[in-house]
Amino acid sequence: MARHTGAETVVFSSPVCITATASTVGTKEGEGPLGKLFDRVLKDNMAGEQTWEAAESVMVKDNFGILFEKSGVHPDFLIAGDLQNQCCGTNYGVRDLNIPTFGVFDACATFGEALALAAVMTDSGAAENVAAGVSSHFCSAERQFRFPLELGNQRPPTSTYTVTGAGAAMLSKNGTGPYITAFTAGKITDYGVNDANNMGAAMAPAAAECISMHLRDTGRNADYYDLIATGDLGCVGRELLLQLLKKDGTDIADNHMDCGIEIFDKAAQDTHAGGSGCACSAAVFAALLYKRLKRGELNRLLLVPTGALMSPTSIQEGESILGTAYAVAIENEVIKWNI
Amino acid sequence: MNSESYDEMVKKASPDSPLLKDCIRAFAVGGLICAIGQMLTNFALNYGFDERSAATFTSVTLIVVASLLTGMGIYSKIGKFAGAGSIVPITGFSNSVTSPAVEFKKEGYVLGLGAKIFVIAGPVILYGVLTSIVVGMVYYFAGR
Repeated sequence: MARHTGAETVVFSSPVCITATASTVGTKEGEGPLGKLFDRVLKDNMAGEQTWEAAESVMVKDNFGILFEKSGVHPDFLIAGDLQNQCCGTNYGVRDLNIPTFGVFDACATFGEALALAAVMTDSGAAENVAAGVSSHFCSAERQFRFPLELGNQRPPTSTYTVTGAGAAMLSKNGTGPYITAFTAGKITDYGVNDANNMGAAMAPAAAECISMHLRDTGRNADYYDLIATGDLGCVGRELLLQLLKKDGTDIADNHMDCGIEIFDKAAQDTHAGGSGCACSAAVFAALLYKRLKRGELNRLLLVPTGALMSPTSIQEGESILGTAYAVAIENEVIKWNI
Repeated sequence: MNSESYDEMVKKASPDSPLLKDCIRAFAVGGLICAIGQMLTNFALNYGFDERSAATFTSVTLIVVASLLTGMGIYSKIGKFAGAGSIVPITGFSNSVTSPAVEFKKEGYVLGLGAKIFVIAGPVILYGVLTSIVVGMVYYFAGR
């Protein structure tokens, strides 16, 4: 049964299994270093639709379709979200699926939130199977948060590139693992960052605090985990995360990776600090990390999707960019917690 | 850690834009656009335009070409390469009007394209007009 431990952590002593994952990405992601691992790569980023927003919804729908097929089950609930206003990317994507849906939003950390809530629902017996999924689309995100695509401007080296894609996971009480054994829900952090072209800097403190709190709450050391994978800090955010944790006496340089750095080839694909967006952590988890867990190459993963919370309005009104993160422990063994 | 000391950390960790490279590219492309403008003006003058008409011909031609290049997805690439070099000339202004037009056409011709076409260029127009009013007043009264 799920139990609240320490300040911000929930642990599971009975199995909450991730039975399958699904990933869909756009063309640029398909050409990236992980291109061959995704379940589906779009031939063009419009996905046969008239608008970017509709294209994102098609990805959501098709990706859940892949997930249902791979897991062989139709979930009782969906927990899903994206970056568009009012979670429209998700809502229009799932309207034909006929499954009760919880729409969630935590910017690019949404996948962490969805996994955490899905785990609690599955564990509590509220549902047999719950699907957690997120999406993002470079063009719909640019339109919502930045400038028209055809505007001839330059992006600074600290900026990140929103991943076009969708990632989803099926959670069930039954299955052979890997299992969600704990999660730590991060607090909203505000370090006064107000540069919308440096999201990594806004999110790094949230990731550092969340990881520190997770380790404190669970009594684990950082090297307990084979891999600590943050969502979309990018090169700048990763550097800041390592520095912040070091000040705290924790060194994760050897077992840390950032999904945003891995999904693109920075030099060849001109993506500056790396990938970002809800789909970044979700698609990389689904396509790469989950498979490595399944193969036993990884046994203990701490997945830390990170989010920068703001809107064009909040930025223009002078508010700073907030950070958030969720640390989700995913392991090949069920842990009998006695803390 | 407080915001100030974190800000210091961020500054150290964030790579700067390659200023020299950006300046050279901006200089070259901006200069090229202006040179093309001068060629157009000379061309018009040779064909018997007076100076005022030749200037108008040049502006209109550059605006139309930049607008076409924006629609074809080429101007954003020039902008990425040249930065201020392609933003500052009149072609940049054209791009800043055409790109929202392309982007928001999907939201309809009235509330999409119509309402949002000046989302980037609007401030330039507003404050350009305001400034010219002020300058005009000074000119009017000082010139008496």
